[in-house]
Parts: sequence; structure tokens; C-alpha cells
Amino acid sequence: MDFLAEGAAQALRLLAGGNREVWAAVWISVWVAFASTCVAAVVGLPVGYAVSVGRFRGRRAALVALNALLGVPSVGIGLLVYSFLSRRGPFGSWGMLFTPAAMVIGQAVLAAPVVAALTRAAFAGLDPRARQTAVSLGAGPVRVALTAARELGPALTAAVMAAFGRVFGEVGISLMLGGNILFYTRNITTSIALETAKGEFALGLALGGILLVISFAVSLAVHVMRGPEESR
Amino acid sequence: MRRLALVLAALSVGWAAPVPAAGGGHLRLATTTSVENSGLCAAILPVFERRAGLKVDVIAVGTGQAIKLGESGDVDVILVHDPALEEAFVRSGAGIRRTLVMVNDFVILGPAADPASMPSCASPADAFRRIAAAGGPFVSRGDGSGTHLREKSLWKEAGTAPTGAWYIEAGQGMGPVILMAGEKRAYTLTDRGTWLAMQDKANLAVVYENPEALRNEYHVIAVNSARWPHVRLREALALIRWLVSREAQDLIGRYQKGGVQLFKPAVPAR
Repeated sequence: MDFLAEGAAQALRLLAGGNREVWAAVWISVWVAFASTCVAAVVGLPVGYAVSVGRFRGRRAALVALNALLGVPSVGIGLLVYSFLSRRGPFGSWGMLFTPAAMVIGQAVLAAPVVAALTRAAFAGLDPRARQTAVSLGAGPVRVALTAARELGPALTAAVMAAFGRVFGEVGISLMLGGNILFYTRNITTSIALETAKGEFALGLALGGILLVISFAVSLAVHVMRGPEESR
Repeated sequence: MRRLALVLAALSVGWAAPVPAAGGGHLRLATTTSVENSGLCAAILPVFERRAGLKVDVIAVGTGQAIKLGESGDVDVILVHDPALEEAFVRSGAGIRRTLVMVNDFVILGPAADPASMPSCASPADAFRRIAAAGGPFVSRGDGSGTHLREKSLWKEAGTAPTGAWYIEAGQGMGPVILMAGEKRAYTLTDRGTWLAMQDKANLAVVYENPEALRNEYHVIAVNSARWPHVRLREALALIRWLVSREAQDLIGRYQKGGVQLFKPAVPAR
């Protein structure tokens, strides 16, 4: 029990004391996860919509692929992206391995299927009349999509939030593609992995607590932003 | 549209933020967990960073992987500890200016009770033979690191092939392996630096030491820019020169954890 109490006390001390390494890790975690979630949303929302309402050849295969992608472990994606970004890989000349940008790419690959799958599910549950009405009013395909998306605002926000949660808490991609470089690519989860490896369990627990608090704060912020009537 | 603008704004802020303002850029150093986790890099590299006006990105992996990162041109310079692999790396033309930076030694850890009664052993190979005869257990790094390679060569010297349930291949860094050995009351081979940094975290003791026979040398090697033109050779050579300078050697010699010196500087003080 000492273990847990010590971890909690240390978490508070670190945050309150403005520990530079901890705050840097927190900041890197937040902005990398935010950027990758944005990329994932830009890709995942249209893909999810297309797979849900589109009528095209290979739609069923796309659906299966989408659901399969949800199960790919983050280290698997890390390895795949690594092999593309390494100097020996096709995009080696970009020199992007072991940079925050590489982490964003990896995490976006992880998050995009989450957004797409949840978006698809959301649209599948939408009353078809919403789109039919828009079509009958003479709206073009983009307009129709936007109208339908407006109906599903909370569900789509939830889809993006779920993706944020997935990348914010992942460690495999950050470690492999970022390289766990202090003040540059070391985020909360890779810090936890490192501190655990060093046997500094209390510090690891403290960082885990910080992760939890931020996840909670983000979730709360979204809840508040959406307003009381929409978040029922 | 507003969402897109937000995305772009976030990306541009995020991109700019973690990159230091100084124009020097980044030098990528792959080194071993024993160097990074001991805290040495954080203690000495900021001095070089100020002098050279560039940021050193330290990527801590095993020696085997560090050398692979050098071979694939993903880092500019490596600081590692396996002479055989280092020589092969230089011979292949991938690395240049191999330079001895510092030295410590490996020690054999075991349960404080030490059922294989090691201190009386004549040589490290003898100690390994006794561990095998006592049925260990022994926790191996199993990750192709410098320590793992040294351990394998010691088994070879001992003339025993470690197999069986008593030989545990962890596939992890030095820290986790020490913790695992502590939990399992097992033996293991470690560099002294990591052990000193972690000795209060595992219920183990040094059961065999022999600084001559178990000498552990750390060399710095620049990745050859003839092979990888993008490699920052000039900066890498500056780092190598600095590491063997009086200033860095003094910093290495003075670096302590819990009142004990972890690494001996390679260049003797005048």
C-alpha cells in the first residue's frame, strides 16, 4: 500500500513543483496525441461515412478491413511505419525517424481506423430519412453528408474522442518511432515504461496518475463544450 | 472550415514547440541503456550542447540495436560496449573514428545467500560453470545487447550451453533484468554502473567480481558519411573530440550515484 500512497504523493509533488521533465512529457503527450487525432479525424470521418452510406464495389471488403485494423497492436503499426521511415525505407530521405512528427504519423495510423469504424457505426444508426430529406431538397453529396453529420454531432465527437484516448495511452508507437528522447519525444507513456525499467515504480505510478487526470479532464471538457442537452 | 483551421493551427504550434530555437539542429546518438539509465548522458551532454550549439538526441537501446541504427544511417553517432561488434561495424565501413571513452566492469549478481558460493571461483568462466551446476536460476538479457553478448561468450568459455528451465531469457533491458533476477532469486550478469544505480531496488548482491577479466569498455563511433551523406559527421566528430577532452573526462570521472563512481574515464589525467 505504501507503494500506491507514495506514488500519489509523488505525482502531486512533481506537478506542483513544476518538474521540467514531467511537464515536458505531459506537453509532448498532449500535442502529439492531439495532432494525430486531428489527422485521424480528417481521414477517418469521410472514410467511415463512405463505407457506411456509399454503394460501391468492395464496400464489404473495406468494412472487414476496417474492423480488422482495429485489432492491430500499436507495436505492429510502430514497426510498419518504422520500416517506412528508416533511412533504409522508402521515405528515409525525410529523416523523420525519432522525431515527434514520426510519432504523429504512427499514432494517426492507429487512430484513423478507430474514427472510421465508429463513424460508420454512427451513420449506420442514423434514420435514413435525414439524408433522404436533404437529397429531396436538392442538396449535393457533400451537403448531404454535412447535414447527416450535424445530426450525429455527439456520436462523431465521441468517435474522435475515443481515438484520442487510444493514442494518448499507447506506448509502442511512441517508443519505436519517437525513440524516447528526453524533452523531444519522451511522453508520459514512454516515461512510465522507462521509469518502470529503472525500478522507479513510484514515479511510474505518479505518471500513470497524471495520464488518468488528463484523460479525465479532456473527457470532461468535451462534455461541457457540448452542453447539457446534447450530452444526454 | 473552422475545424480545419483549428487543426492546422494546432499542427503548426505543435511542430514548432519542441524544436529548440538555436539553429544548430539535432545530433542523434544511439547508446546503451547502461549509459542512459545511469543518468550519465543527462549529467554531461548539456555541457557539449551549450558548446556546440546543438541538441543531442539520445536514443537508449542495446548495443546490438544501436549498431544496427548506425548501419541503417538512422543515427549519427553511437556509444556502445561490445568490441567484437564494434570492430565489425568499423571494418564494414559503416563506422569511423572508434574511440575509447570510458571503462567499468561487469559483475555477477546473485541472491545474497549465494547457493553456488561464487567468490572462491578462479575465473568468470568458472563462476558460470558453478551457476550451471547449481541449476541457477540465471536471467539472461536475451536482447542482443553488449551485456548479452558478453554473457554468451562467457558461457562459451565455460564450455556449457545454458539450456533448460533454469535459464531465463528475458528479452529486456538491464534494469528489468535486475528486477527480475531479484524477484526470482536468480543470478545475472550486469554492468556495474546499472547495478550501482539500482542496488537498492533488488534484493541481490555482487557474488563475483573481477575487474580485469570482466572489463567493460565503452567506445564512441561516428557513422560514416561516405555511406550516408545526410549523417552529421562534422558534429559527430566534434562530440567524439569533446568526449575524450579533459573537460568531459573529468565530468565522467566525477559522475557518481549514491556516492560511488560509475565509469572510469579512459584518458588518464595528467
